[in-house]
Amino acid sequence: MKDETTLRGQAHQDTVHDSAIKHVTGRADYTDDLAEPHGLLHAYLGLSQCAHGRITGMDFSEILAHPGVVGVLTARDIPGVNDVSPNGKNDDPIFAEDVVQFWGQPVFAVIAETRDGARRAAHKARIAYDVLPHALDPIAARDAGMGYVTDPLTLKRGDADAGMAAAPRRIAGRFAIGGQDHFYLEGQIAMAIPGEDEDVTINVSTQHPSEVQHMVAHVLGCRNNAVVVNVRRMGGGFGGKETQMNLFACVAAIAAKRWNRAVKIRPDRDDDMTATGKRHDFVVDYEVGFDDDGRIRAVRGDWYARCGFSADLSGPVTDRALFHCDNAYYYPDVRVSSHPMKTNTVSNTAFRGFGGPQGVIVAERMIEEIAYALGLDPLEVRKRNLYENGQLTPYHQEVNDQILPRIFAELEASSDYHARRQAVLDWNAKGGVIRKGIALTPVKFGISFTATWFNQAGALIHVYNDGSIALNHGGCEMGQGLNTKVAQIVAEAFQCDISNIKITRTTTEKVPNTSATAASSGTDLNGMAALDAAEQIKARLVEFVAERWQQPKEEVRFVPGHVRAGDHLISWNQVIAAAYMARIHLSAAGFYKTPKIHWDRATGRGRPFYYYAYGAAVSEVSVDTLTGEYVIDRTDVIHDVGRSLNPAIDKGQVEGAFVQGAGWLTTEELWWDDKGRLRTHAPSTYKVPLASDRPRVFNVKLADWSEASERTIKRSKAVGEPPFMLGISVFEAINMAVASFNGYREPARLDAPATPERVLMAIEALRK
Amino acid sequence: MTPALRFLLNGRPVELTEVGASDTLLDFLRIDRRLTGTKEGCAEGDCGACTVLVGRLTDGGLVYEPVNACIRFLASCHGCHVVTVEHLRGPDGGLHPIQAAMVDHHGSQCGFCTPGIVMALYGLWMTNPDAGVAEIEVALQGNICRCTGYEPIIKAALAAGRAGGQAADALAMERELVAAKLRAMRGQRVELSKGAERAIIPADVDDLAAVLEAEPGATIIAGATDVGLWVTKFMRDISPAVFIGHLMKSARVEDGEIRLGAGVTYSEAAALIRDHIPAAYDYWLRIGGWQVRNMGTIGANIANGSPIGDTPPLLITLGARIVLRKGDARREILLEDFFIEYGRQDRAPGEFVEEVIIPTRPQARIAAYKISKRRDSDITAVAAGFCLSVENGIITDARICFGGMAGIPKRATGAEAALTGQPFARDSFEAAARAVAGDFQPLSDWRASADYRRTVAANLFRRFWLEQSEPGLPVRLHKAVGA
Repeated sequence: MKDETTLRGQAHQDTVHDSAIKHVTGRADYTDDLAEPHGLLHAYLGLSQCAHGRITGMDFSEILAHPGVVGVLTARDIPGVNDVSPNGKNDDPIFAEDVVQFWGQPVFAVIAETRDGARRAAHKARIAYDVLPHALDPIAARDAGMGYVTDPLTLKRGDADAGMAAAPRRIAGRFAIGGQDHFYLEGQIAMAIPGEDEDVTINVSTQHPSEVQHMVAHVLGCRNNAVVVNVRRMGGGFGGKETQMNLFACVAAIAAKRWNRAVKIRPDRDDDMTATGKRHDFVVDYEVGFDDDGRIRAVRGDWYARCGFSADLSGPVTDRALFHCDNAYYYPDVRVSSHPMKTNTVSNTAFRGFGGPQGVIVAERMIEEIAYALGLDPLEVRKRNLYENGQLTPYHQEVNDQILPRIFAELEASSDYHARRQAVLDWNAKGGVIRKGIALTPVKFGISFTATWFNQAGALIHVYNDGSIALNHGGCEMGQGLNTKVAQIVAEAFQCDISNIKITRTTTEKVPNTSATAASSGTDLNGMAALDAAEQIKARLVEFVAERWQQPKEEVRFVPGHVRAGDHLISWNQVIAAAYMARIHLSAAGFYKTPKIHWDRATGRGRPFYYYAYGAAVSEVSVDTLTGEYVIDRTDVIHDVGRSLNPAIDKGQVEGAFVQGAGWLTTEELWWDDKGRLRTHAPSTYKVPLASDRPRVFNVKLADWSEASERTIKRSKAVGEPPFMLGISVFEAINMAVASFNGYREPARLDAPATPERVLMAIEALRK
Repeated sequence: MTPALRFLLNGRPVELTEVGASDTLLDFLRIDRRLTGTKEGCAEGDCGACTVLVGRLTDGGLVYEPVNACIRFLASCHGCHVVTVEHLRGPDGGLHPIQAAMVDHHGSQCGFCTPGIVMALYGLWMTNPDAGVAEIEVALQGNICRCTGYEPIIKAALAAGRAGGQAADALAMERELVAAKLRAMRGQRVELSKGAERAIIPADVDDLAAVLEAEPGATIIAGATDVGLWVTKFMRDISPAVFIGHLMKSARVEDGEIRLGAGVTYSEAAALIRDHIPAAYDYWLRIGGWQVRNMGTIGANIANGSPIGDTPPLLITLGARIVLRKGDARREILLEDFFIEYGRQDRAPGEFVEEVIIPTRPQARIAAYKISKRRDSDITAVAAGFCLSVENGIITDARICFGGMAGIPKRATGAEAALTGQPFARDSFEAAARAVAGDFQPLSDWRASADYRRTVAANLFRRFWLEQSEPGLPVRLHKAVGA
């Protein structure tokens, strides 16, 4: 009798992604790959050709004459409410009614026998507009009196005005930070299948099935229990499918119920990028007061965000920008405000970091200001301002899990930071065409939804009588390995091999009222809920085994592949078979809610975050000062994921987030023309990083000594978003290379993204 | 044989009698055959999620290349072997070494780009088992992964290369059999239709000339790397369409000149460029991504008339000529004379580009530069070709051509004049950098502002001087990993 069976896929192991083999063989089904129901129809959106205007006429006669067209849907055809706002504001119509508010806003949908037919027909609409004035960027919107899409927020602690006045030195500046398209490889897609009564089932690429369910019920005018939403996996989400899929799912559902046939909707890439929201662009006016040692005394700032025409998630996004305006630094006196500006652009939405990066990068800009003003290495200024445990953030949460000093120390050593910085300075002093820059930047990222009620999750585990396990939870798989990690947790709980666990699609039928898989919280929440379910079943099994094999309960233990009861070693399958015969309940619904957190937005005080995740990166770049082109020569990262549930998957998240963050700040540029039309709306014009853009040398390590100080799932920490902000090290390094042209007397103050053009024009300005 | 489109799809022959000019290979795979492993990410040849291999007969035998199924027209697959991810397997029927390495190295996250990446790497593995990091990056220029940051994919590609096994690969084992089947499919003109759309696949170049005499308004489609987008993005009517990607494939060097049939792809010409115009090789590998270079042809890059085509600035600089043919009549003109103004070229209806003749100018000082927002697989903001003759320290001839600076690829005549007859010295290039400002009135768009284009154009004269005068000087960014 031996307990020692080697089990694959236990917690903390490098387990491969549960779908990896399906990915590489092309057998992983995405929504567009599902078998199509007989009689499937296709919907295609018609988009506005005007940034702001009153609709004076709509003529669909040519569309209706197009072969294979079944009909056209407009706002009038919506049985319930013409709205998919995720916040109850009813400001987000599916189809514009009287007024279009951005170029590319959906106005109608064509339903046809084929997608090609629907798409071709959609371009035959004749819509007339009375053009109205438009404002595209947040400052223009402010000046035009466009107002806010949602309530702004101010965070304050101490007396920022007095602190600023008393500070020996002060610097103020303006920093424009670009947005970012998600460029999930799989675009938006939904397929609705009508059922009896009011029922409808939606297969949709979404991070938030429950919200799709609620929205579909809202627009159909039915109860939530009539709507089932399924998603097995997404081909990438990054926040772009937290709310943005709602419109597509609703159009498919409306059409499916109207014609009583299954309906699929899939925009082409150009329409996807034109008609769905992105990361918020910001213009930030900042002022920092500091002393001669580079210690920050006071910070004031105004974050103006391009929110687009509706609120969507702009409230919590702009809130989170403020929550992270300190990044890792203590501000003794601080007052910062958000300005969620309404603009005539697509309504911006969640994107990995959720406003946090646009707060963090301003903190880093202020650090650079201080360092250049004092002639210090920016790293020295960073260190002098790092939070110490016990200090309060601008939202009055006490920091008490600070680990950046150790991360800094290890990273400085492993990257040979100081010698390399000196080498960079020496190289630039020679004044050649190629200039270099190096920067070490940290991230401290707050983990939890700031809307406290979202921090709940459910799971459902069935153990079938052959011993196989079906695992379901409310989280959605978008590539991050959530399903793998949760399965590892369950495998360890039951002491079984991960191959014994079937990972099933996420569906509103199994777990109700779920939160979005967002805010990096997927594993923290759903892993705990799944563990709760597993523990319930285990408790029943322990009681049963104790009784059946006549042992005290404390003598019953789960060991690899077996249950040990005193001297008895019973195989898992035997235990389950016997439990079934003994009528033991082998199914459990688990639940979890994050403890300790609370947030009062009215007073700007609370503990919105359960804990912080930390990390730091050193990036070195070379810049061609004749063209503005650059290359990331080397990046070293040490990132904190607590006690990793799966180091291979977590490292993949860190690497991918870093490159995506670097892309945000370098080549990914959203460019609108003066008519308000986004012109970078496909990969031919919108440039996300390629393999050759990644750092030439890329050393990524997890802080394997770190353990979450709170009782998180197996003391791990969230990983999805925090390392995104490590890409800021690339941006700061490029800034340093440019600043070599003025002898580092001032920071280069590049706006983001630092395209080759921005870099060259900044250099040219300094040459003159 | 009845007129039909014939090709092999994975292990089986396909024969289609109803094919439209605008039918794409991707829609055929996904919709008609429900081979859903091949994904649509962008439908414009820029993300690589739709990458499949297409095998075709060449003078050198059967060659398999990764291509973008999204912009590849179905009719262009006549006589080819289309291989999708579903066909890939290891010798034991399990995972192929590429697939196994991708799994082992955690090379997939969301997995949507993965089949396309697997197919691109398969194409590389087949032809270059010893590929290093730089070559892998070139092979992946046409594939976007938004999740991984690429590091594990590169490691997987290296590991698969080390694993080897090429000789036992299914496509290698069946090479002769497949080649024989493909040979049997070719030989006569194929005319196809579906609804109102017509597609014509001429038998040979003489047949093409005859077809175009009869159908002077037909859309001529070679690699479809541009026309594909007319259909997938702009839904333009391209019928009748004449598919010529299999024609005019001769590539040779004669009397110091590279003579390329108009249907030679960028990839097919790459080795000749490397060997005979080495200064342009880096530039050549930045034309599109690998899949695009495997489809796009030099003749079409010219005939298309785009102001931002990547070959014309280089070729005009070298003094390239083209042969235009209409019926049996041929005329040879200087390439630079072909471009008249934006949207207008010196090509009569029914006339087509048959051959491109490129002097290699071994004695000249040559450079080719491409400036774009992103290094790889991006459309040019500014492209420039430099070709200078220097005798006894004096610039005797200066030929400099820019793309992206005007409505056509255009020589910088003012800058050329500023250089010609002047000493090969910094001051001459500074003068040329000033003079080039008068040569162009570039536009501002999302790729670059007019200011940036002007500034870069001037700076490229400085770059050229530095590179030529001090070859060891670090002037350009090296991209090799670990360098």
